[in-house]
Amino acid sequence: MNSQTLTSPDVVSQPARLRSDLLAIADLVEPGWRVLDIGCGDGALLEYLRDRKQVRGRGIELTEAGVLACVRRGLSVRQGNVQEGLADYPDRSFDAVILSQTLPFLDDPAMVLNEMLRVGRTAIVSFSNWGHWRCRLELLFTGRVPVAIDLPQQWYESPRRQLFSVTDFARFCRQIGVEIDRQIYLNRGVRIRTGRFKNLLSTTAVFTLNRRS
Amino acid sequence: MTTNTVGAVSTQYFTFAEDEPFCLESGESLSPVTLAYETYGALNADRSNAILICHALSGSAHAAGYLDGDPTKLGWWEDCIGPGKAFDTDRFFVICSNVIGSCYGSTGPASIDPGTGKPYGLNFPVVTVGDMVRAQVKLIDHLGIDQLLCVAGGSMGGMQVLEWAAHHPQRVHSAIPIATTAHHSPMLIAFSEVGRQAIYADPAWNHGAYYDQPQKPDAGLAVARMVGHITYLSEESMQVKFGRRLQGLEKYGYEFDTEFEVESYLKYNGHKFTRRFDANSYLYVTKAMDYFDLTQPTGSLAAAFADSTHVKFLVISFTSDWLYPSYHSKQLVSALTAAGVDVTYLDVKSSWGHDAFLLEVDTMTNLLGSFLDRLVREEHVTAPAGYIPHARVTPATTTALARTQLADNLA
Repeated sequence: MNSQTLTSPDVVSQPARLRSDLLAIADLVEPGWRVLDIGCGDGALLEYLRDRKQVRGRGIELTEAGVLACVRRGLSVRQGNVQEGLADYPDRSFDAVILSQTLPFLDDPAMVLNEMLRVGRTAIVSFSNWGHWRCRLELLFTGRVPVAIDLPQQWYESPRRQLFSVTDFARFCRQIGVEIDRQIYLNRGVRIRTGRFKNLLSTTAVFTLNRRS
Repeated sequence: MTTNTVGAVSTQYFTFAEDEPFCLESGESLSPVTLAYETYGALNADRSNAILICHALSGSAHAAGYLDGDPTKLGWWEDCIGPGKAFDTDRFFVICSNVIGSCYGSTGPASIDPGTGKPYGLNFPVVTVGDMVRAQVKLIDHLGIDQLLCVAGGSMGGMQVLEWAAHHPQRVHSAIPIATTAHHSPMLIAFSEVGRQAIYADPAWNHGAYYDQPQKPDAGLAVARMVGHITYLSEESMQVKFGRRLQGLEKYGYEFDTEFEVESYLKYNGHKFTRRFDANSYLYVTKAMDYFDLTQPTGSLAAAFADSTHVKFLVISFTSDWLYPSYHSKQLVSALTAAGVDVTYLDVKSSWGHDAFLLEVDTMTNLLGSFLDRLVREEHVTAPAGYIPHARVTPATTTALARTQLADNLA
């Protein structure tokens, strides 16, 4: 008789309003993909991908609050750090492995990128760009180490944080045999066409990465 | 106490293996076998909303409500099972059965051996967690349920959950093992053995033949329970519960009477346990746990779940649980991930030790409730007739510290 499903009223999710770099990442994900989001936070991106792109998503998140928020959204999430979380997955378990705004905080970025490209066919990363002209001017004129525009954290607010630019990252990828495929550049959340000046004009970059064949 | 209860309940009994004996892993067999069980809520039209709850070492089928209407006889997981609670009895058909080998109505060493007309005692065959679960499979068959929406339980209940998922995967959609392990560690076996040695050492135990004696091995069983209670707590929870406080004394008496609160607590609970549990059952059930090892026979835990890739897991551990430490659950999660299983995992921050699984009700309600909501959505589970949607409730009237008193009675 009663054919309604049993979802409690308190779990009906709000329409997703995503951070701009997460929206850019979502644009790089194809419908139906299997996706792993490492450092998935409250699961906003995975929920969006599930609801809009029928993605089969999994998350790894360190904080209890983040894991609880993900479970509340009906997501599959494991508590753990990036390193130990990735090691368990067999090769090519996912179409894409996502790492958003986490690169500056990693102990061993090369290891993590290599693991992402072992576990996934592609990797999608987003990061704040310290090569932006305002960062350059800040150091030149104030003598202060710049705070990234899209990651407004002071140097003392996090146990470790590496500063790097789009150019640094591109060079790093070449060194470890990783190819940058699709690229989206944002300036304070707005997508920009940058031509040659991407490192100068973008505050955040979003890349799809592949293993160089 | 708590609101939103299933109210008065009564235990039911299911007997099987009357003609054909029930074969056990040891090679021995039992005939007949009775299982005591309780159910709460109603089955939906296609019988797809059934949840099996598995109890821990000294638990019973009475998981929720008031037994025979007696408000003092509260179910052992009353905080999580009931209308609007984590296991919402308005939406789900919840089943809990007493394990074989126990003493709450299911066949165990205190049952009458039909061969002799006397209680089995040590003639009762040794049972395993695998045997306990195969008996539960018979019950689920009897109830006409093809597939359980979920199997959930903590501690030894969690072992049964893992057994279901590994060896009866076609019968379950999801599994929630809580504060448990896939292989009983040497430390756990050691604690089991201390408990058993305490019972053996009691002259009244009489090699298990005490049922017709005036004296029961209460002293031994009480010591076994005291050891158990220590392992269910944490150093921090003992500090909070007892500190170094004295029981009814101003200063040290320099004598061997009970002086510290913690001594009094252990003595009281050890003694109280003897009024509700059978010493032989304690031997059998702890032995069953000791044999539990899903890494056998292949040596690989991932291999144990090779056929379980469709089962959705929610694994929960607690940071201060040193009896079933978090790394046991993490090993399980790693193995499940390697096997390609969909697994959600949280190591809940708690200072209550192993008992936390009965005490961290708010977090548990969040986790269990949301996970079950997801299952309902993904498995298209319909509501039983007459269901009116409502928000989830968390019993907010009790603090974790107050709940510890309840847990002492029920763990």
